[in-house]
Amino acid sequence: MENNIEKLINEPLVAINLGLPGFAKSLEEQEVEVVQVDWRPPAGGDQEMIDILDDLL
Amino acid sequence: MASAFIVRKNQYYDSLFLMGVNKRLLDQPGVTQSAVLMGSEANKQLLADIGFNLSALGSAGPNDLVVAVVGENQKVLDTTLDRFDEILNAGASEHPKSNLRTLPDGLQVKPKANLAVISIPGEYAAREARKALEANLHVFLFSDNVSIEEELDLKKLAFPKGLLVMGPDCGTSLIGGKGIGFANAVRRGKIGALGPSGTGLQEFTCQVHQAGQGISHAIGTGSHDLSDAIGGLTTFAAMDALEADPSTSVIVVISKPPGPKTLEKLIKRFESCKKHVVACFLGINPEILENRSGFHLAATIDDAVRLSLQILGVDEKPGSGERLDQVLKKECVGQSKEQVYLRGLFAGGTFCYQSQQILKMAGLEVFSNAPFEKQFSLSHPEKSRGHCVVDMGDDFYTRGKPHPMIDGTWRKQRILSEARDPSVAVILLDFILGYNSSLDPAGDLLEAIIEAKKIVSDRGGYLSVVASICGTDGDPQDLVLQSKMLEDAGVILFNSNARAVSFCVDLINTKENK
Repeated sequence: MENNIEKLINEPLVAINLGLPGFAKSLEEQEVEVVQVDWRPPAGGDQEMIDILDDLL
Repeated sequence: MASAFIVRKNQYYDSLFLMGVNKRLLDQPGVTQSAVLMGSEANKQLLADIGFNLSALGSAGPNDLVVAVVGENQKVLDTTLDRFDEILNAGASEHPKSNLRTLPDGLQVKPKANLAVISIPGEYAAREARKALEANLHVFLFSDNVSIEEELDLKKLAFPKGLLVMGPDCGTSLIGGKGIGFANAVRRGKIGALGPSGTGLQEFTCQVHQAGQGISHAIGTGSHDLSDAIGGLTTFAAMDALEADPSTSVIVVISKPPGPKTLEKLIKRFESCKKHVVACFLGINPEILENRSGFHLAATIDDAVRLSLQILGVDEKPGSGERLDQVLKKECVGQSKEQVYLRGLFAGGTFCYQSQQILKMAGLEVFSNAPFEKQFSLSHPEKSRGHCVVDMGDDFYTRGKPHPMIDGTWRKQRILSEARDPSVAVILLDFILGYNSSLDPAGDLLEAIIEAKKIVSDRGGYLSVVASICGTDGDPQDLVLQSKMLEDAGVILFNSNARAVSFCVDLINTKENK
């Protein structure tokens, strides 16, 4: 098993923030490299359609 | 009373933003009730539960914004809904815009990303976390309402890849000194911490900072990780990393009692650990751990701090017992005979839990909506009984409403209702500073505290208000100013929940012996 966790805690964080923008803002304030994703439910939130999409991709 | 809905197709906002919009909507003249949320099935059920007729909603879906308003008359509704865009946009400027919509979009911008921070509705969260793990990202999963089965799947997917899944329902982590989610500005040092107790980890790291020491990393595991169903997969992975980390000298675990099988495995892991381990299993029966060695057992968060500092060869500064005695005597003056009970109103779930443990050890019977023992369960979270402590971050209070760490509305109301109960002698509170918490937690409750004290003094009694404040001098809120505001209002303030509860016990005992 490769140990990426040891790498994570020893290297600078680079984060993708999906959801609450405040979480990205607070990381930015701490000089963490971060990008905000304004996530929204895929396929209009239709669970059946989401499952079909997941199978296709 | 009149009510109305509007539905905005394909207009998506996160729940926290919409809670702010709802607050502004409720401030409009003549509006008595409102809800602003996305049209997911769970939210539609919430609207039905609070009495809105769903037939008017038609086909509103999870990407559609739903605004529901109850007002004194139709004119109020017309005026309010005409102004809705203005009310919505008043908060939009605080809401940074992004053109990115998916995780792959984010990865295109940051191809070297090593962490996905996910705080989206629970029903979609596992899907996005899985995608992040498949892209070899570690995951901080704030979202709750992720099933145990999904959690186990995610952690099993992460394990062979050597990836960390902090969560689901993970409120805090400090990785390399950087706070993720609700965390405090804490200096780096030799103590590594981990566990499912979010506010417990926050208080532990703040106390270590205040003692002049620091934290190497603090890893939140999510609230279910130490259940037997999950078996501590994140906990063990985090322990391995902290054991291998040269900057960590002591490893501290803060948690409610783990599942019995997981506890046994964890103790074996402690025994084989090459570093000192401090275990703080709040509320555990100490007999279970009798004759076990290989780790240091802490009864409270304060105890975990003391033991960690001791291992590092640092002595904690003793508090001023004499000054506290004087405060205690002063607080007892003016209370009426009927005033006998303690009422704790907490934002932090760990503080509510630890308070029960300390009160029980002091021989007091205490009720709660998140009871330490089932027989002391409150019949309803809003109906206080005897000595009681309420976890106001519980689902009952946070379903569709902001958590008390970011909004004081529910706690303000409850402080006042407790003050109106003539049997109440002490109100116990917690104030949690740090990233993503309210920017003015003291200010949020200050008026209610002053008003509560006045209600009791107008009745010829005296209300003690005791509180703990969790924060550091580096937090976005001003710790000194926040503390001063509370102390000026007559709040007896401690930097630890355990010390605040112990003071309350002394207060109750002193009164009983009078």
